[in-house]
Formats: sequence, C-alpha cells, structure tokens
Amino acid sequence: MPKVATREAYGQALAELGEEIKDIVVLDADLSKSTKTSVFAKKFPERFFNMGIAEQNLMGTAAGLATCGKIPFASTFAIFAAGRAFEQVRNSICYPQLNVKIAATHAGITVGEDGATHQSIEDIALMRAIPHMTVINPADAEEAKQAVRAAALHKGPVYLRFGRHPVETIFDENYKFEIGKGVILKEGKDVAIIATGVMVGEALKAAKILAGEGINAMVVNISTIKPIDKEVILKAAGCGAIVTAEEHNIIGGLGSAVAEVLAEEKPTPIKRIGIADEFGQSGNPDELLKIYHLTAEDIAKAAKKIIKIKTRS
Amino acid sequence: MSSLKEKNNELSTTARTIRRHIVEMTAEAGSGHPGGSLSCSDILTALYFNVLRVDPKRPAWSERDRFILSKGHAAPALYAVLAEKGYFPKEELMKLRKTGAMLQGHPDMKGTPGLDMTTGSLGQGLSAANGMALAGKLDKKDYRVYVLLGDGETEEGQVWEAAMASAHYKLDNLTAFVDHNGLQIDGPITQVMSPEKIQDKFKAFGWHVIDIDGHDFNQILEAVEEAKNTKDKPTVIVAKTVKGKGVPFMENIVDWHGKAPSKEQAEEALKAL
Repeated sequence: MPKVATREAYGQALAELGEEIKDIVVLDADLSKSTKTSVFAKKFPERFFNMGIAEQNLMGTAAGLATCGKIPFASTFAIFAAGRAFEQVRNSICYPQLNVKIAATHAGITVGEDGATHQSIEDIALMRAIPHMTVINPADAEEAKQAVRAAALHKGPVYLRFGRHPVETIFDENYKFEIGKGVILKEGKDVAIIATGVMVGEALKAAKILAGEGINAMVVNISTIKPIDKEVILKAAGCGAIVTAEEHNIIGGLGSAVAEVLAEEKPTPIKRIGIADEFGQSGNPDELLKIYHLTAEDIAKAAKKIIKIKTRS
Repeated sequence: MSSLKEKNNELSTTARTIRRHIVEMTAEAGSGHPGGSLSCSDILTALYFNVLRVDPKRPAWSERDRFILSKGHAAPALYAVLAEKGYFPKEELMKLRKTGAMLQGHPDMKGTPGLDMTTGSLGQGLSAANGMALAGKLDKKDYRVYVLLGDGETEEGQVWEAAMASAHYKLDNLTAFVDHNGLQIDGPITQVMSPEKIQDKFKAFGWHVIDIDGHDFNQILEAVEEAKNTKDKPTVIVAKTVKGKGVPFMENIVDWHGKAPSKEQAEEALKAL
C-alpha cells in the first residue's frame, strides 16, 4: 500500500462531506494548498472562506459562523491553530461550546525541513487542557477520513491533528472509527504499546521486532486523546507494563494522558516515547524520527526495559 | 417632529433606568466595571429599544438581528438592557457575579438568554460578528449584525485582522460601534498606547466611518440608518462617549473602570441619575 499523508485524507473527506452536509463551511489562513482545503474550495467556492494570514480572526470567525448553525472547519498548521490562536480557541470556541472543528495539519516533527518554528509538538497538551475540547490524532489516511466525518457529526468543538508526511496504511475501509474508542491492533501479553498518530505504524513494527525476540506485545491505537478510552488502557495495563509512543513532547500528550489514567485506576510501570522536551530542527522527516528517538527500534528498546520492572497483575 | 422628540424622551428614560441598574448591580456585586458600562448605555438602549429586530420570547430566533458586546466587561449595561427587554427576570441583575448566578462577570452565551456571543477577552467580538455576517450572506438572510468595541480594545491586533476581513468580504450587513470614551485601565488611551486616530484606521481598512456623539439618540439612530443604507462595505460608528456618564463623581475618572461603588456611593449616584 502506498503511504498517504493524513492531510490528504482531510482534503478528500471534506470535499465528499461537503456534498452530504450542506452546513459545512471551510476556512483557511492562506494555506489551502498545504492543508488540502483547496479541494473543497474548488468544489464549493461559496462555502470556502480564505481568511488570509490571520489565525486569531480565523478562529473567531469560525465561532461566529457556528452560532448561526454552520459547521465550520477552521484549517491551518497545528502550530498556528493550537499555538497562535490558543486563547481564541479557548474563549471564543470552547467556553461557549461552539460547533467548530479545528483542522490542524503539519503537526509534529515530521513537518521536517521547515524546522522548529513549524514543528508543533505541544498542541495535544494545549488542546487537551481546554474544557469541552475533543482531541483526535488519526493514525492513517483511512482513520483520518473517518475522523473528519465523525467530527462533522459530533456536536461541539473538535481538534483534528493531521500530518504533512505520508504514513503507512493501517486500516482498510472495513474499519469503523468511533470518537473516544481506542483499538487493539494486536493482542499480546508481555507488554502493551499504546501509540497515536504516525507512531502507530512504528508501534506495529516494534511489536514485530519484539516478537522476533520472543516478546508478545499488545499494540493499541489511541486516536482520540480526549476523551481517552480508559477501558482499553486498563486492558493494556493487564500486560503489566506499558510503552506509549507519540510524535509530540513527552509532556502533556498521549503519554501523560495514559499515565493519568493508570496512576488513578491501575498503577502500572510506563515508559513514554516522545520528543524529550526539546525543540526540533530542520531535516528529512525520517531522519528526524531517528534523531529524536521516535522509531520502532526505540519503542522496542523501551519495551524491553519496562518489562524488567513489570508488576504482577 | 414631536414623535421624534417623544422617542428621544422614551429612550432617555430607559437609558436612565439602565444606568440605575448598572450602579445598583455593581454595588451589590462588589466588583465589576461601571465606567465603561455607563459610557455605552445610550448606544445599547438605542439598539435594543429602537433598532434590533429581536424577540425576547425567542432568543434563538434565526432571523433575529445579532448583537455582540466585544468589550465584554461592560456586561452590566447589556444585562440591564436584556432584563428591561424581558429576556430574564430583573431580580437576576442583583445576583451578578455571584456563584451559581446566570449573570457571569463577562457575558456567557450558554447561561444567559439573549446573548449572541460569549465575550470578555478583548479583541474577539468583531471576528465573531464577521462569522455571523458571513453566515447571513451565505444563507441570504436579511438580519443585521451589530458589535460594540471599546476604544482601548482596538489596540488588540485581532481587531484589525477582523476589520480587514469585514471589508474584504464586503460585509454591509455588519455595523460596528466604537465606544470612544478615551480611557483605559492604566489611563487615557492616548497615553497608554494610542490607537488614534481610530476613524482613520478603519477608513484605511476599507470601512465606511461615521462620527457621532454617543449620548445623542438622534445621532445614534441616524448613524444606524446610514449604516443600513451603505452598500458593499461595513460601517463603523465611532461614538464619542463619557466614561461613567450620568454619575458626576465617576465621569471621566479612570479609576471607575473596574471598581464597584460602595453602598453610600451607589446612593449618591442614584440621586444624580
């Protein structure tokens, strides 16, 4: 299967949904070719609003449209959506619980060559901390496509996180994405790898590496980081040791969310794979994943370490 | 012209009631923003009692005109107007800012009938107004969108992002007011961080600009009519106002931006009103 970027799926899903759900309107901040909203813009020019390079106004305008029954998809790079317009997202969208979908593309370090200013590695933490916000980080194009539909049908603010870099195909069209549901991709008993976004593919590869060494790893995909699926996390905790993997700062993202659940409900040794609280740099996305220790090998190594201090359940 | 005079008298009487509510509710709450609430009372009174197509029995009526108080700290003025208009019982006014109350310190559209937008963090109201005006155009509806900004608020960059977009999308169904009382928390706006000349800036962004005395009902209503008749561009009505208007010891005094009157001061204020 060819690799496809989740942002591509976003553009396609929008254009398809636009036909079906007439209330959908799309806003962009001069990045429509990159966020792929240009596909929608071409098909439904009257329902597409380019707000120019002005992200705070982009969010506020989306909020106003939502009060009039529209379902706005406010689209821009993750760093600007969650970062620059954070307070607008908080006060104009989430506090009044307006039905705005924030589509944040180019998330994570795999933006690559543009470097640290454009590599959003804090957005999950920021968006997760706002009351009423739903946070979704799809693993592949199919899941992304389904997540866009689910977000459009969900009432309330949603943050959708997409990547620029093409990723492995995990799911086929038989997959059924549901907001708030984690999915066990591979059963296992020795250790559980809970991953999100582009790291899900790496997690599956890590499980293969571990299998070669006689370790049977469970692999869980958590695409909805908020509200998080406690049930699937507790099932994973049954393995007695957990590794989380995300293309995000290790502070405040998936690893933190999983740790919160475990600490309160079933204390379990955990090792978090993520960017080690540092800024990225320019470079080829695949090289960056290696430099910042976000590969299948890194996950497998962490799994072997954590198994050693495994609790008996 | 006697009917015009009658209308003015009626609006003046209502505005006085609104001002009395503002003084009473902020005194009771023990905090709040009387100065900027009093400065925009006449504009809000004129809008809600003579301009806006609204129905207090149907706060969510889709054909209604919209109003956004972008300078959300003037909430007492808006709450008083909404209560007088019949959106909710006047008793609620005296629970302002208390725990469990419908009336939050700054407008919360989820909790108060008649509020079209949640505001309070400065600079965000005009963007929301743009969204509502765009939706109106898209749906070919004839409702109009009104938004009131503070003059100090125009120091926020988002205001100009929004102003650019309103003009770009030719939102002639949108009318903005600037409550130009000249004072912000730390002093006169010309000293803190001057956004002057506000009129020139809006004009440069492609807006139709009208200058008025924000305490003269004739001028307010005429400006609203002129805005309605202005095609292909949004209109801003820059209204010269007096912070603390109507309460002699508050007028033009910076300190009354965010300080509630004591019970004694409230009594003195009510005597003057």
